[in-house]
Amino acid sequence: MARPMQVSRYWRHFREKYRLMGGKCENGHVHFPKRPVCPVCGSRNIEEVELSGKGKVISWTIVRNPPSGFEYYKPFPLALIELEEGPVVLAQLTDVDPEEIDFGMEVEVVTKKIREFEEDGIILYGYKFRPPVK
Amino acid sequence: MRKAVIIGAGMTPVGEHWRLGLRDLAVEALLKAMDDAGIEKVDSLYVGNMISGPFVEQENLGALIADWAGLGNIPAVKIEAACASGGAALQEGVKAVMSGLEDVVAVVGVEKMTDAWPSDATRYLAYAADAEWELFHGASFVALNALVMRYYMKTYGYTEEDLALFAVNAHANGAKNPYAMFKRPIKVETVLKSPYIADPLKLFDASPVCDGSAAVIITTPEKAKELGVPKEKWVEVAGMGRAVDTISLASREDLLTLKAAKIAAERAYKMAGVEARDIDFFEVHDAFTVMAALSLEALGVAKKGEGAKLAREGQIAIDADYPIQTMGGLKARGHPVGATGMYQTVEAVLQLRGEAPNQVPDAEIGLTQNIGGTGSNITVSIFRRV
Ligand SMILES: [Zn+2]
Repeated sequence: MARPMQVSRYWRHFREKYRLMGGKCENGHVHFPKRPVCPVCGSRNIEEVELSGKGKVISWTIVRNPPSGFEYYKPFPLALIELEEGPVVLAQLTDVDPEEIDFGMEVEVVTKKIREFEEDGIILYGYKFRPPVK
Repeated sequence: MRKAVIIGAGMTPVGEHWRLGLRDLAVEALLKAMDDAGIEKVDSLYVGNMISGPFVEQENLGALIADWAGLGNIPAVKIEAACASGGAALQEGVKAVMSGLEDVVAVVGVEKMTDAWPSDATRYLAYAADAEWELFHGASFVALNALVMRYYMKTYGYTEEDLALFAVNAHANGAKNPYAMFKRPIKVETVLKSPYIADPLKLFDASPVCDGSAAVIITTPEKAKELGVPKEKWVEVAGMGRAVDTISLASREDLLTLKAAKIAAERAYKMAGVEARDIDFFEVHDAFTVMAALSLEALGVAKKGEGAKLAREGQIAIDADYPIQTMGGLKARGHPVGATGMYQTVEAVLQLRGEAPNQVPDAEIGLTQNIGGTGSNITVSIFRRV
């Protein structure tokens, strides 16, 4: 299994990966993740916004031959989710029967373990999406 | 600007070369191209390669290959644009000749992929995706293309059978190419019965992991004459275009438009002074069947949403209106990633010289389209018989 990059590389993404922090430019264009330049209008005046984490599945797949480091989890569902604020996010789906996944299925964000390295290695956490818990 | 013509071409068979290393493959293709042109010296070398570092622990390919091919102390560099590295290296070589800076340029594309464990190979290929926002979540390249494939089928009402036709066409053509990895025709059922690797994408919707190298020699018509290369061997590089798009799939304006291909094609058509209907054959980047469909749409061969219809209507075969993948494409010839754009180039040269084993009758103009990432870095080149 490939060794992790040095830990600091992941620390800089705490907010985005745990709280789904996106960006909103002065003209109101919302994007995820936050970028230095608005991809719609080119503005560099961008503030951080927390996204609701609610969205709908627009496409999905079942990953059966994952990249090394993810073998333990296979097969797992991966989806493109359109958030209610507009941006699309790529993430794993969790707590769902693959047969139940469908176009337009409503999902919400949840923090989960993404990947575990060797015994003494770090554990990566981040967002996944699941059907809303009622 | 000066004109650029290809005067020599060479390639190795594509496959699992257990007994040959990256340098052996590259040097073999390069020397074949130089022999084909009848030359012993070049002014510079451009190497198209995507991921030699992780795959074979070798970077600095310019020095390595120039050294082992005996090219002397010339300038030589590696050009990387993910799976479009070969196409990009070709265009850098052509630019050097057109600008007047260099007179005789060699371009070689090479990749050695089969020494890695499959899941490591999957990881290395995903380096062309967005590391933080795609690979971090376990996305493989196959998975990203599967997301596009499912959305394409849903949006336009296509079935897995419809897309399988691209693989069937590629294998039918590859069967006649002695350099192809798979020289066997297949049926739609073969594709449908192959296992899912990322639903709805199956093993036979995808191109194989493999090794290979292809090379060309580029110069001006004046220099070609001076070198005594017979005119039947010349193939003009008539048009070139290149563009990038968002690196991550989720950030795309439209999941089903290869915008970078569209822009690259517009530039190439304009430079060559031709339109899609003037092209006699297309070598498109069918790393996955859905990408063949989207490519035909981006190149203006089919309307948006109708790329797969061309396959269904039988318009992509050698003797039809829009022949694609004349030597098997990435699917059957094989897809040694950084070398693919150069295989496409060599195949276009053979078609335009009338030397292809699967000849498109009276081919005069051909187009190659090379995709890096999930459509994030794309080259289009147009070639013309002189
Ligand atoms: Zn904006």
